[in-house]
Amino acid sequence: MIHFVLLISRQGKVRLTKWYSPYSQKERTKVIRELSGLILTRGPKLCNFVEWRGLRVVYKRYASLYFCMCIDEDDNELEILEIIHHYVEVLDRYFGSVCELDLIYNFHKAYFILDELLIAGELQEPSKRTVARLVAAQDSLVETAKEQTSSITNIIAQAANFTIKMLHKGYGPWGSNALHLESLLLVDVCTRLVDQH
Amino acid sequence: MGSQGGFYQSKEFLDLVKSIGEARSKAEEDRIVLNEIETLKRRISEPDIPKRKMKEYIIRLVYIEMLGHDASFGYIHAVKMTHDDSLLVKRTGYLAVTLFLNEDHDLIILIVNTIQKDLKSDNYLVVCAALNAVCKLINEETIPAVLPQVMELLAHPKEAVRKKAIMALHRFYQKSPSSVSHLVSNFRKRLCDNDPGVMGATLCPLFELIARDVNSYKDLVISFVSILKQVAERRLSKAYDCHQMPAPFIQIKLLKILALLGSGDKQASENMYTVVGDIFRKCDSSSNIGNAVLYECICCVSSIYPNPKLLESAADVISRFLKSDSHNLKYMGIDALGRLIKISPEIAEQHQLAVIDCLEDPDDTLKRKTFELLYKMTKSTNVEVIVDRMIDYMISISDNHYKTEIASRCVELAEQFAPSNQWFIQTMNRVFEHAGDLVNIKVAHSLMRLIAEGFGEDDDNADSKLRSSAVESYLRILGEPKLPSVFLQVICWVLGEYGTADGMFSASDITGKLCDVAEAYSNDETVKAYATTALMKIYAFEIAARRKVDMLPECQSLMEELLASHSTDLQQRAYELQAVIGLDAHAVECIMPSDASCEDIEVDRDLSFLNDYIQEAIEKGAQPYIPESERSGMLNISNFRNQDHHEASSHGLRFEAYELPKPAVQSRIPQALIASTEIVPVPEPMYPRESYQTTMPSIPSDAGSAELKLRLEGVQKKWGRPTYTPATSTSNSTSQKTVNGTSQGDGASTVSSMCETYDSRKPQVEVSHEKQKLAASLFGGSSKTEKRPATGHKAAKASSHMVEKSHVPKSSMEVASDKATSAQQPPDLLDLGEPTATSTALQLDPFKQLEGLLDTTEVASAVNGAPAASISPDIMALYVDTAAGIHNKNDADLLSGLSNPSVTNMPGTTAMPQVTQSSSKRPNPKDSLEKDALVRQMGVNPSSQNPNLFKDLLG
Repeated sequence: MIHFVLLISRQGKVRLTKWYSPYSQKERTKVIRELSGLILTRGPKLCNFVEWRGLRVVYKRYASLYFCMCIDEDDNELEILEIIHHYVEVLDRYFGSVCELDLIYNFHKAYFILDELLIAGELQEPSKRTVARLVAAQDSLVETAKEQTSSITNIIAQAANFTIKMLHKGYGPWGSNALHLESLLLVDVCTRLVDQH
Repeated sequence: MGSQGGFYQSKEFLDLVKSIGEARSKAEEDRIVLNEIETLKRRISEPDIPKRKMKEYIIRLVYIEMLGHDASFGYIHAVKMTHDDSLLVKRTGYLAVTLFLNEDHDLIILIVNTIQKDLKSDNYLVVCAALNAVCKLINEETIPAVLPQVMELLAHPKEAVRKKAIMALHRFYQKSPSSVSHLVSNFRKRLCDNDPGVMGATLCPLFELIARDVNSYKDLVISFVSILKQVAERRLSKAYDCHQMPAPFIQIKLLKILALLGSGDKQASENMYTVVGDIFRKCDSSSNIGNAVLYECICCVSSIYPNPKLLESAADVISRFLKSDSHNLKYMGIDALGRLIKISPEIAEQHQLAVIDCLEDPDDTLKRKTFELLYKMTKSTNVEVIVDRMIDYMISISDNHYKTEIASRCVELAEQFAPSNQWFIQTMNRVFEHAGDLVNIKVAHSLMRLIAEGFGEDDDNADSKLRSSAVESYLRILGEPKLPSVFLQVICWVLGEYGTADGMFSASDITGKLCDVAEAYSNDETVKAYATTALMKIYAFEIAARRKVDMLPECQSLMEELLASHSTDLQQRAYELQAVIGLDAHAVECIMPSDASCEDIEVDRDLSFLNDYIQEAIEKGAQPYIPESERSGMLNISNFRNQDHHEASSHGLRFEAYELPKPAVQSRIPQALIASTEIVPVPEPMYPRESYQTTMPSIPSDAGSAELKLRLEGVQKKWGRPTYTPATSTSNSTSQKTVNGTSQGDGASTVSSMCETYDSRKPQVEVSHEKQKLAASLFGGSSKTEKRPATGHKAAKASSHMVEKSHVPKSSMEVASDKATSAQQPPDLLDLGEPTATSTALQLDPFKQLEGLLDTTEVASAVNGAPAASISPDIMALYVDTAAGIHNKNDADLLSGLSNPSVTNMPGTTAMPQVTQSSSKRPNPKDSLEKDALVRQMGVNPSSQNPNLFKDLLG
């Protein structure tokens, strides 16, 4: 089981933390401090594993970012290394050549993706494509919602324009008051639509 | 898909991130964060915050919490956010609560209701979000609230939901096995799910279940084997491939399960031989994931009933791992060797030089792993060398956790294999001297016992020799400054018990030393207590031997000081000492018999020796004693506590609606009470359980609880102390670990002689003499004759291995320098590479390269076949892209892709496909430019400080 996932920059700044086993805030800070001291100082040709408090930490460096996962002693370290790579590949596909900056500003997205890859400290989905599809599905929902809102605002704007024009030109079977009322009704309908979405 | 890389957050948030990124010190960062916390505290409690704004606040909270600050003031807002209708907002809420709250947080109770609702949602994405939260937040108490719904989701049409539901149940099982123990059949059913992802997820809980109880899953062996076979034969969709390995993660999980099922079971193991052998053959050993599967195969082979052919393949793989230049593989090789050595101890011997190389490697991780291996292969012939090395290493490190571990290992080995008493005592002294404070106190106790009991042989002479050598060495060591407390305790105890036993040292010598100890470590009360007791023993033995006792003046003053000590323990010991000195020889012999620390002390639990006294008292009219359990009218404290403890495992909050109170409740109480013969009505309707406890102590708890439940209906308390529910039997079936059929060979017979091989090696191989000596001492006694005829072959192999070794580093250096000049990168980026793989890649012929190229593009197109990402696999276009990429990206040089181990690891892949791959992966290098521009536009320009931020992680 994976106990936690850490993303630390080469300067020791935390980019992402995810805890699958319970750690208090105090412990977390301590863990991060200890591990960044341990990992960031390791030379380039050494193994990607570190023993730590009876557990094992598998880390891998991508550009300036260290991806670390802490596992039990009897887990397969090479597998974890591959899971890390898996995650990076999914991130890469999602952001389009991902760089550290993407993760700094969109760390919540990185969390969402991680949640589709790992759950309760285990790999839940071995297929990159499925992970990408799920994350995309969630995002597209967000996006369609946005599009809908924008199209509705469009309608409202147009309707408002139209009524105003009508008013100015004095067209229509209704009196100006009635027209005004009608337009208000239209706006009301539109706002309700917006609310629904 | 570059569009998602945009930045939706407000300027404010971006500024925050930016200023933290530019903070020069931790203090500055803290100041910025504290400011932010103040701002958020103010803003977040304003009324009518628009959702969008709120969402951003929550993300900012996540950010400050990630940086290690406390954001608990905002937790409640995150919880509120999960109630929102819009998935977009809800998702953020769930993310925040899963990051903020541990499973025991009070606020969880407020989310359970929302989770329940969301699990029923029509939108599978909402269900997924809720299940993610379930896995993190639901604790033992709240499992019953969501369990039925999670169960229903196992049949959900969407595979993503089924998968998460399985994982949630797995989590429940981990938290409280009894809560889902009746659902095991569902896991078995899901094993046949037609989605491989769900099937793969099911393996997680099954692995755990099987690990706890192997025998009830033996029937699944055939299914697991056939699944593994299908996976290995690439029956699964290509989407599960990973570096051209078919579904490696599923293979690994299955191999783990098979290892459990086949352990010590010949019949089950026989079913596995073929498929495991197939995997050994098919696995591609040039990729990381391929090696991961191979390693898992070795683990499996070493766990199941041994099969010579598989053991041979495993040994082959191990030697490949150990000969590799990659530290990772060496590490895995050492680990695998440690596993296999239990079954076939002789394979260690051919790898001895590799093992010693690892032992002397500067990499601490590798070194420790090697010590673990040595620990496993320790025998009486090599124990001295191994323990010596371990202690040397132990002294050199400062990591207390590992120091403790290695110290206890040294102690264990020394106890088990010690060649002589002298050596044993010396070794223990070294361990205690350097790691005394870290060693478990139990180790000290067992050392004392060992010295007292001797080594088990009925040879009193040897025992007394052991003791006197111990006493002698301790007296010498006491001269050293600053000894660990635990060690001093051992010393004091041994000196007290055996200091004068052999007559070598006089009582005044020993007591003088003991007084010195008590004086020098006057802050340590435990040591002082040990010293006082030791003094008492010495004096008692002197008195018992009818010798004249002269108390040293310093001892006298020590005793006087302790008589007035603040510590009652010390005071008592001092008084005891004083009393013992005043007694006559006969009495002292009775209370302080010599060398009797191991005699059993019989405890008369019934205190039968007091019978006469009691009889006498009763005759005089005293009240007879009533056992606590029979006394009534007061709370039975101990019983009560037991009960509480027992309930802790079975009680739970209820989430269904309250039942209506039943009028029958009152009438039932007497009914329950009838059972007890001694009715003492304690009319406490608020605490029916306690009254029950006091009145019915003799009823078996099972029956009692059932009846009790009836009575409690309607009056159950929801928030108070846990109410009584029927004790669900926690199925803690003790897993029977069958020891592997083979017994460990007795070492000497299996280890073939090293001397010959050394001699034949010497002329060609320049292995340092010391190393050879070390190897010889580690790997075997030279008493055996050479078993194998192929000495020459072996030597040749060894020498070629060495030549290779000396050659490879050079070539990899060349490659490295090549890269350095062509890529012109900062040197720290080079460490991404694993030179072995690159060096072989460069030597491949161009046709293969082309083949590989086509191959990978094909794969790439297949992978990209998903509707979301359609990339035309036009090779020419790719080349154009590549060129563009090189021009456009200033610092993310594509050539650095060469050094990327994961890509390089493909078999037959070369530099070319990598380039195409990395470019095909990013169809549009504009993305990164846009990103750059966007960031600059926003005024965030971290590149000046840290150009790495823009570096592609994969490139």
